[in-house]
Amino acid sequence: MELLLVIIIGLLYAAGIYMMLRRSLVKLIIGLILLGNGANLLIFLLGKIVKGEPPIIGPNEKMLGEIYADPVPQALILTAIVISFGLQAFAIILIKRAYKVVKTDDLDEMYATDEDL
Amino acid sequence: MLTAVISGFIFALLIPIILGRLKSISTLWVALLPLTLFIYFLSKIPEILAGNPIKTSYQWVPSLGINLDFYLDGLSLLFVLLISGVGTLVFVYTSAYLKGHHYLDRFYAYLSLFMASMLGLVLSDNIYTLFLFWELTSISSFFLIGFNNDKEDSRKSALTALAITGFGGLFLLAAMVGLGQITDAYQISAMAPMADAIKDHSLYGWVLFFLFIAAFTKSAQFPFHFWLPGAMKAPTPVSTYLHSATMVKAGVYLLARFTPVLGNHEWWNGTLIIVGALTMVYAAIHALFRIDLKGILAYSTISALGILVFLIGLGSPDALLAASVFILVHALYKATLFLVTGIIDHETGTRDVTQLGGLNKVMLPVGIAAMLAAISNAGIPPSFGFVGKDLIYEATLGMGDLAWLLTCLAILTNVALLVAGFVAGIKPFIGKLPEKFKNVHLPAPSMYVPPLILAGLGILFGLFPGVLEGGLIKPAVSSLTGARPDFHLQLWHGFNLIFLLSLITIGSGTVLYFLLKPSESLLKKVTAFDRFSPQSLIMGISRGFALAGKGWTGFFQNGYLRYYLITILGFLSLLLAYRLFIGVELLINTDVMTEVTFYEAVVLLVMAVAILFTVFSKSRLAAVASLGVVGYSFCLIFLFYSAPDLAMTQFSIDTLTVILFVLVLYNLPKYLKLSDTRVRIRDGLLSLIFGALISILALEVMSESLSKKTTEYYAENAYLLGKGKNVVNVILVDFRGFDTIVEITVLAIAAIGVFGLLKLHLRSTEKE
Repeated sequence: MELLLVIIIGLLYAAGIYMMLRRSLVKLIIGLILLGNGANLLIFLLGKIVKGEPPIIGPNEKMLGEIYADPVPQALILTAIVISFGLQAFAIILIKRAYKVVKTDDLDEMYATDEDL
Repeated sequence: MLTAVISGFIFALLIPIILGRLKSISTLWVALLPLTLFIYFLSKIPEILAGNPIKTSYQWVPSLGINLDFYLDGLSLLFVLLISGVGTLVFVYTSAYLKGHHYLDRFYAYLSLFMASMLGLVLSDNIYTLFLFWELTSISSFFLIGFNNDKEDSRKSALTALAITGFGGLFLLAAMVGLGQITDAYQISAMAPMADAIKDHSLYGWVLFFLFIAAFTKSAQFPFHFWLPGAMKAPTPVSTYLHSATMVKAGVYLLARFTPVLGNHEWWNGTLIIVGALTMVYAAIHALFRIDLKGILAYSTISALGILVFLIGLGSPDALLAASVFILVHALYKATLFLVTGIIDHETGTRDVTQLGGLNKVMLPVGIAAMLAAISNAGIPPSFGFVGKDLIYEATLGMGDLAWLLTCLAILTNVALLVAGFVAGIKPFIGKLPEKFKNVHLPAPSMYVPPLILAGLGILFGLFPGVLEGGLIKPAVSSLTGARPDFHLQLWHGFNLIFLLSLITIGSGTVLYFLLKPSESLLKKVTAFDRFSPQSLIMGISRGFALAGKGWTGFFQNGYLRYYLITILGFLSLLLAYRLFIGVELLINTDVMTEVTFYEAVVLLVMAVAILFTVFSKSRLAAVASLGVVGYSFCLIFLFYSAPDLAMTQFSIDTLTVILFVLVLYNLPKYLKLSDTRVRIRDGLLSLIFGALISILALEVMSESLSKKTTEYYAENAYLLGKGKNVVNVILVDFRGFDTIVEITVLAIAAIGVFGLLKLHLRSTEKE
């Protein structure tokens, strides 16, 4: 299973970077999201994946048992997901705004500064 | 002594505030600070005279050897008195010269900053604070040269000066670090006993080289001299104070200070004699052809600095004595001439010697000061300059085989300097007064009294050299040579060879003065050679450097995001590939892997298809939708592998992102096909290579056994310390609670940004 996940990670990275190399702003954001997902999965995988043992302490226990999914990568990824949402939301709105003003989402067309508009 | 140095810095901070409040009254009182310092240092003379240098030390960064060690010996004393004494007069002079100037407060602040840095420089015993104060003088000089910052010339000159002196400052640091390496000491006073060991060290040559570059840039030695004439764009008080009396002597001070440590070696003496001699002759001859008063003075200052370097290079006790005396002689007459030039400029509006004349009729006291200074400059008895010139000839004549060559060079320089001094100090005041200057009048006493005092001292010390000898010169020389000096300064030595040389100098100089009439056409002929000057050369190098920098920047910082990405990723891929295929054995540990179940395989397949669809879709909406599919597949993976919190978060965030995308991008135009197939293949290849490398990297990392310490800590303590059963939650809100607060803040800022962008309505004028 890990092997398949590793391939998916590679695919996510490749797709993300390919999209980021496009000239369209929207594709850039999509690429960023794909890249972020790839990174999340990488972190998740490196924490050693475990099936059916969430890091939740049982009702009558004081600590986790012998086998459990690593909570540290999970905490990291949770933070990453939330922060990247902040970034995405802002970027999407910015694209809309930029499109309203300069009427394009082609990066190469956006070379003028405020004053030149 | 710390107070003495610090007071100037504090004063520099306070003065704009105080003067801002007291716009109307005279700023004469500002001179109280240097005056107090002057009196304070005067009071130290008896102690120094008794042969007890004063040492104080304050810890600053002891672990790096950086401490505020101050050391007041004869040499420092000579300089601090010069700095505070000339400082007092310049402060007084400024109060009239820049009276009512809009930025007078700023000017005084810079001037105090400079004075404090200069005092710190000559008092520093620690090699690193020496460097620090050295740089501070360069910086304050930059502000003072560029004081008229609305003029392009001033800004350019200020930059040139900063570039040259700052460049030298770096070399000073290198020299100091080298010295610290050799001696393992940070105090200059502790290095002198190690002088022999230092000279045998392999780094000695480098230290010398770095130190020389530092000293030559600061003291305007050939070929770094050209910043000094440019620095004359500064207001005259600055030229007087920084660029003739004190700052430019910092390089000379540095050489003098390190004479006991590094001196008396053929490299040391040879280099200094050659550079000093070259500078003094070159600049003196240049001074002859200038017609701008300040230009004349600038070149004659460079020449005088050359003489000082030359004398230190000679290194004999006679030469060091001559250097100590000449420092003072030069400060007195050159400061006078500068102040007089300032008055002439202020009152007549010109500094062109070909237009000036007969000013004695309208400003006699100024004329008297100028003439006394010119006499001292010329070395005519009974001035102090005569004493100084005698000592110089005595020093060169005592040099054995080279005596006559060196003496001739000194005579040549002195003749040219004499002419320059006459042109600057006497010519504007005698002869016929031009019609247009009939209404010129004497300036305020605070302007003409300072030069009178300085010029008067130049004669007084000549008549009674004994006054100085005991108090200043002997301690200075003894800290240079390390021995109790035995000499006696006097005006009259009787008719001997030296007197004859003095007569020759004065005679031929006076003749030359009458023969050579400075004029515009002559200046033009001389400046025709400027193309070959070190200035053009260095400026050319700097232009070339700027061009190369521009090309380099233009190539790498081209403004296209994708090229940045390609550069970064390409480089990273090469690096990774190199490491992976050359140094690492590829290991895939299949034992630890879990088996693949059917439903997992289906989810991954869906995900792969969705990713490909996102990339290759022609429709923006379809791409966004399949992005959503990728996200939901993620949820499932998280769910399979025991991460319910992640699954929930991913689910909600993904839903929100897709909705946002659809809402916002609904009315954007269709994707345009913006790149051709070749570009796509190139990008695709790079992406695939990078993705593959990441996959290999992941496999490599997985075959390593990771430390589980952090995880175990959380697993054990989540309930015991954090009182929560969901370990991920406890980590986020308890153990790493502050991080989460910061995260919330980031989100809040993003939300404000989004809100702002949505609500922003540009007026039509702003849109256009």
